[in-house]
Amino acid sequence: MMGRLKGWFSDFTRTPVWKSVFRHKMPKDPKNRALAVLTNVFLHLHPVRMRKQGLRISYTWCMGGLSFFLFLSLTVTGILLMFYYRPTAQHAYPDMLDLMESATLGLMREMHRWAAHLMVITVWLHMLRVFLTGSYKPPREFNWVIGVVLLVLTLLFSFTGYLLPWDQLAMWAVTVGSNMARASPGVGVEGPGSQLLAVGGVPLITSGSDVRFVLLGGRFVGEGALLRFYVLHCIGIPFIFVMLLAAHFWRVRRDGGISGPGKGGRLAL
Amino acid sequence: MADNTGEATVDETVAPKNPERREFLKNLPVLGIAWGALAASVGVILAGSLRFLYPNVLYEPPQQFKIGFPDDFQVGSVSTAFKDKFGVWIIRNEEGFYALISVCTHLGCTPNWLSNENKFKCPCHGSGFYMTGINFEGPAPRPLERAAISLADDGQILVDKSQKFLYEQGGWDDPTSFLSFA
Repeated sequence: MMGRLKGWFSDFTRTPVWKSVFRHKMPKDPKNRALAVLTNVFLHLHPVRMRKQGLRISYTWCMGGLSFFLFLSLTVTGILLMFYYRPTAQHAYPDMLDLMESATLGLMREMHRWAAHLMVITVWLHMLRVFLTGSYKPPREFNWVIGVVLLVLTLLFSFTGYLLPWDQLAMWAVTVGSNMARASPGVGVEGPGSQLLAVGGVPLITSGSDVRFVLLGGRFVGEGALLRFYVLHCIGIPFIFVMLLAAHFWRVRRDGGISGPGKGGRLAL
Repeated sequence: MADNTGEATVDETVAPKNPERREFLKNLPVLGIAWGALAASVGVILAGSLRFLYPNVLYEPPQQFKIGFPDDFQVGSVSTAFKDKFGVWIIRNEEGFYALISVCTHLGCTPNWLSNENKFKCPCHGSGFYMTGINFEGPAPRPLERAAISLADDGQILVDKSQKFLYEQGGWDDPTSFLSFA
């Protein structure tokens, strides 16, 4: 009976239906194993092969991978949270409580929050590991720069997400944080040089037009700020983050894959 | 014999090469206009998008507001009636009125007026201010800020929060920061 089943299957793999999906044979030999990865849009960023040393966790700590895993968890839990959360002053806090008390499992919000805290920790540890293994040296200097920008974006993710529960902790934390924007040079109304930008005697930078005003959509943290931070948190920052993440991964692959002991020095191209 | 390669060489005066048509769009003024138009439209789109982010309608209480007649306030009192809605305390002493903005100068929380202890006290980190607004305890680095205060035409007191006066910059010497009323 197994013979008839296997015969049927190998016939099926020769049909146009199968061949239109899989453009390679079964990954049983090196060539087809390579093709299975290379011809797949999701997998092709993975190296076809990697040195066994690259898997040494005592060397890599796996913090970059963990950060990416946490980012994916945050994206999935975040999208699920969006089905029940409404970013208005009237609904934000009650919806957040409902997600914990009424939604099935009641864990989604907690998972999202935990993943967020852990991601901040793992990206810092990743940065430390890259520094300790010297993986920022040429030709990898610019990837370090991209990594620093990703770090700042991770912190901005945390900052914008922190406001969304709309509780006292959230509102005051963002008030204090946004007050710092007010002291920016030039574009902040209480910062140095704010009076320089004036057209015909009318100051361009006032409490109703400086960078803090644009960030909050108002003069203080109110409903406008909640909606803006929600959009930034769910759409704005993810777009930029994903683009830089793609560049970050691409550069690692291009420069010879994850660093491992014994690789050291400039990549022989 | 039909030979299409021969036509150009046979008689070049009949069908001369015309570089002006081919080169027409490559000359400098046209290129300048084209690139300039592209740059201008991109610039307008960017500037428009940035302006879009500035809200034109604010659901906030107005910055200028009237708070009633001078006789509504007792001499030597701090009125907390306008703190929730407008974010100011109205203080009247023997010389007149001044309005303190209810934002702590440490990190921006809202202090409370403690009448039995005669001071403003911030719940966030414990900054304390006298009735005059001068900071005397806690992490606040400077006194509370005053708002412009004046008498409107109908006799009511008008407060304008868009004009702020800072003591440490000499702002309290400005007559607009104090409403003299015997």
